[in-house]
Amino acid sequence: MNNFARSEIATASGDSLIRSTAAQQAAALAAGDISSRELTRLHLDRIAAVDGAVGAFLDVDAEKALAAADAADAARRRAAEADESLPELTGVPTAVKDLIVTRGQVTTAASKILEGWVPPYDATLVKNLRAAHLPILGKTNLDEFAMGGSTEHSAFGRTANPWDLGRIPGGSSGGSAAAVGAFEAPVAVGTDTGGSIRQPAAVTGTVGVKPTYGTVSRFGVIAMASSLDTPGPMARTVLDAALLHDVIGSYDPLDSTSLPDAPRGMADVVRAAQAGVDLTGLRVGVIAELDGGEGYQRDVVDSFHQALGLLEEAGAAVQTVSLPHLEYALDAYYLIMPAEASSNLARYDGMRYGLRVEPAEGPVTADRVMAATRGAGFGDEVKRRIILGTHVLSAGYYDAYYGSAQKVRTLVQRDFAAAWQQADVLVSPTAPVTAYRFGEKDDPLAMYKLDVTTIPANLAGVPAMSLPSGLSGDGLPVGFQILAPQRADDRLYRAGAVLEQMLENKWGGRLLAQAPELEVQ
Amino acid sequence: MDELMDFKEAVRRFDPVIGLEVHVELGTATKMFDAAPNVFGAQPNTMVTPTSAGLPGSLPVVNGKGVEYAIRIGLALGCQIAETCRFARKNYFYPDLCKDFQTSQSDEPIAFDGAVPVELEDGTVFTVPIERAHMEEDAGKNVHVGGVDGRIEGADYSLVDYNRAGVPLVEIVTRPIEGAGEKAPEIAASYVRTLRDIFRALGVSEARMERGNVRADVNVSLREDPDAPLGTRTETKNVNTFRGIDAVVRYEISRQAAILAGGGTVQQETRHGQADGTTRAGRVKSDADDYRYFPEPDLVPLAPSREWVEQIRADLPEMPAARRRRLKTEWGLADDEMRDVVNAGALEVIEATVLAGTTGQAARKWWMGELSRVAKERETALDDLPITPVQVAKLQELVNSGRLTDKLARQVLEGVLSGEGDPETVVAARGLEVLSDEGALLAAVDEALAANPDVADKIRGGKVKAVGAIVGAVMKATKGQADARRVRELVMERVTG
Repeated sequence: MNNFARSEIATASGDSLIRSTAAQQAAALAAGDISSRELTRLHLDRIAAVDGAVGAFLDVDAEKALAAADAADAARRRAAEADESLPELTGVPTAVKDLIVTRGQVTTAASKILEGWVPPYDATLVKNLRAAHLPILGKTNLDEFAMGGSTEHSAFGRTANPWDLGRIPGGSSGGSAAAVGAFEAPVAVGTDTGGSIRQPAAVTGTVGVKPTYGTVSRFGVIAMASSLDTPGPMARTVLDAALLHDVIGSYDPLDSTSLPDAPRGMADVVRAAQAGVDLTGLRVGVIAELDGGEGYQRDVVDSFHQALGLLEEAGAAVQTVSLPHLEYALDAYYLIMPAEASSNLARYDGMRYGLRVEPAEGPVTADRVMAATRGAGFGDEVKRRIILGTHVLSAGYYDAYYGSAQKVRTLVQRDFAAAWQQADVLVSPTAPVTAYRFGEKDDPLAMYKLDVTTIPANLAGVPAMSLPSGLSGDGLPVGFQILAPQRADDRLYRAGAVLEQMLENKWGGRLLAQAPELEVQ
Repeated sequence: MDELMDFKEAVRRFDPVIGLEVHVELGTATKMFDAAPNVFGAQPNTMVTPTSAGLPGSLPVVNGKGVEYAIRIGLALGCQIAETCRFARKNYFYPDLCKDFQTSQSDEPIAFDGAVPVELEDGTVFTVPIERAHMEEDAGKNVHVGGVDGRIEGADYSLVDYNRAGVPLVEIVTRPIEGAGEKAPEIAASYVRTLRDIFRALGVSEARMERGNVRADVNVSLREDPDAPLGTRTETKNVNTFRGIDAVVRYEISRQAAILAGGGTVQQETRHGQADGTTRAGRVKSDADDYRYFPEPDLVPLAPSREWVEQIRADLPEMPAARRRRLKTEWGLADDEMRDVVNAGALEVIEATVLAGTTGQAARKWWMGELSRVAKERETALDDLPITPVQVAKLQELVNSGRLTDKLARQVLEGVLSGEGDPETVVAARGLEVLSDEGALLAAVDEALAANPDVADKIRGGKVKAVGAIVGAVMKATKGQADARRVRELVMERVTG
């Protein structure tokens, strides 16, 4: 998009540039209409203006971001001279969930126990971002150690939903979702263990993708539940998500669960789909167990069904598919996740890094330092899950809880395997409800129940996407979820790109354009 | 000091059952789950990566060489190799454990169901049944500062060195070893020695006991008779000398026998071996620790291909017991001679000396004789003496060719050990070669006879023994460089000829 004249950058069009998509910003960079330093500066200014109200960021390092932007500009000059091609997003800034370690830059997992910790190494996906010259604007807020669905459970303050500052931005990647939704960053990286990318994307009117487990390296992603955690892109459009997906996804010998032969090149898939806007022959299965019912907001289900109509219009064959064991998926998830988390979080013991608290009185033994540190450093939700997970794994309960949950997981995986015989992609609402008000779900179980739609993809390791399908009656975004078989991430992007285009035609633009203006400081 | 029953009495009244858990540190270049170098003795906390320090976000990746070594060990111990196996997390809090869980194998070991024949002092063979051999990682090391002998008791504070954290280990667990009777202490020690030799032969570990490369947890229990169920056992942790293992078994049998004979019950507990061969109670194991094992989700299951396993099997070196039998035959040694050689740790140097071109008997004579004496004096190991098997073989060659007498050879040996160079160099420098000039020898003989006319008369008179005095005089005159046998012949020729 070359319609941003250089002279206008500092004025109104600077504002329109940061409201454009990452692909458009990349085009402006490629055309020489703006430098990465200028683009990064614009975003830093926006963060300075609105983040006081939004609270998307835990840490913004302008100096490092601008240095990376300069390096991106230099890379563009070198490439131009050598007539070489660069990753499309070269110079487009991004934000990274603070669960992902960044060398030399504070990483806290939104926990007091890691307050001030500066990692000596980069996560593999961060290395990928740096190699592709995406300046990192800062680290985004989350529920402590990714535990929660509202970003209310951060030790360093909550993040607000840009659509309504009195409401949650979803979680645990709420900071990344809000940064993208509030035009503070064109794209951001999140992580999804039980829906932590898709649910915040749904409630902020953005696009979030949980790739196939093993296609984006977990090395350097602070573990909550190792067998479920999946980093992925968060963006304003399906194309932007694909572009970021292509940057962060890589085979990583440092991650034993990394897939060596994962599908790549999602942006090409999106562009091809946008050129055709045709889904003829695509079999779309509506997951019967997730199609409304108790706990679902009526207008969320309506929005979902309207989107289904568009898919049919594009030529897709829509039918209902049943995955009978999804009934138990939520329960299995809330046994497996805390079990793994209780073990993964054992290392925060005050011995090597982060917080260390010595007992106020009595002998200073290793056991007592560990206990005092953990007592002071972990928040309630984290403690709840550690206790639950410890119980689930303990001798005498292992078979009844952890063992049974793993069996359910296998049954869910078999359900999916059977479903792929009938459908190429499966669909459901991303979340049963729109963004709720802060403090509205103070019962943890009520919060857990909202994960019912997103958890199955994590248990099965399959890729899933959320994209906006419209607004609810109260003017809040509703998310549409698409799932595909393992390694078939391209199907998400194809179906998502077509649906997005049809929806935008209907709305006359992107849904995010309808978000209320934030008061600029 | 606990009350003890006389050992003989104890094994007459009770049936001892022992069990051993032997840990061996593998000599891989890098650690089990990351690329940190696996080296001993470096500056604290310099041999760590984010993974071996357990930093947030770090992940393990299995060291293929470690798996290969574990399979090698499993095969050498006659085990089955699992078609698939997994790692598990053993969760517990301890400062030297950087993730607060140890990556180990619980119910799915890589190797299981083996047997190790152990040769005893009297030449009999006792077969020790192996339950499993599994892979795991070592922990770091706590260093207690301010207490006595580096113990935690009385220490002001503790430091942790994570250099050892993540070093690959294989743990070999026996089934209960039954029927050992009074030989239980010897069987325990010989079993671990046999394992040590196997580890070295396999090249999977330096297996240096003094560095803790090999450590044994020793379980002992007693029962009234072999048909009774197993008695309550004690576990003595981390014993790392053969003598210590023997002593622990012996002590625990005597200690437990005294308790049982007195109508008491043995506490199930962890004990610590002491320098004096006794054991001391550690913490009481009232209930089993709850390690909350579960499959390690960061590592995919291992499935060693059968082709790979068979390739490793085909490439196994000769096992130490078979090798000893072969060498004994080749060298023509008696049983007790061979046992002495093995116990003196002289097998390798003798073999190397033989390879350098001498006989087994000659090589044994040097290493078990003069060189063992020197090593003992210098309190060093045979293979640490400043002399090579090639030099020893050369020395013997000089004797064989008649250029050195045994006595001269010992002087040359001393020169080599003093750093004067190869045997040839020492011979030349010290002028030690046998006097082979017949004319000079004859002159010396004549001189000696002339100087001792009475002795010459005695010889003529039939007192042949007196010849020794003349030979002695000639040897003295030639500074020992004459061949005494030739001198004797020359004297007899001169006197009687």
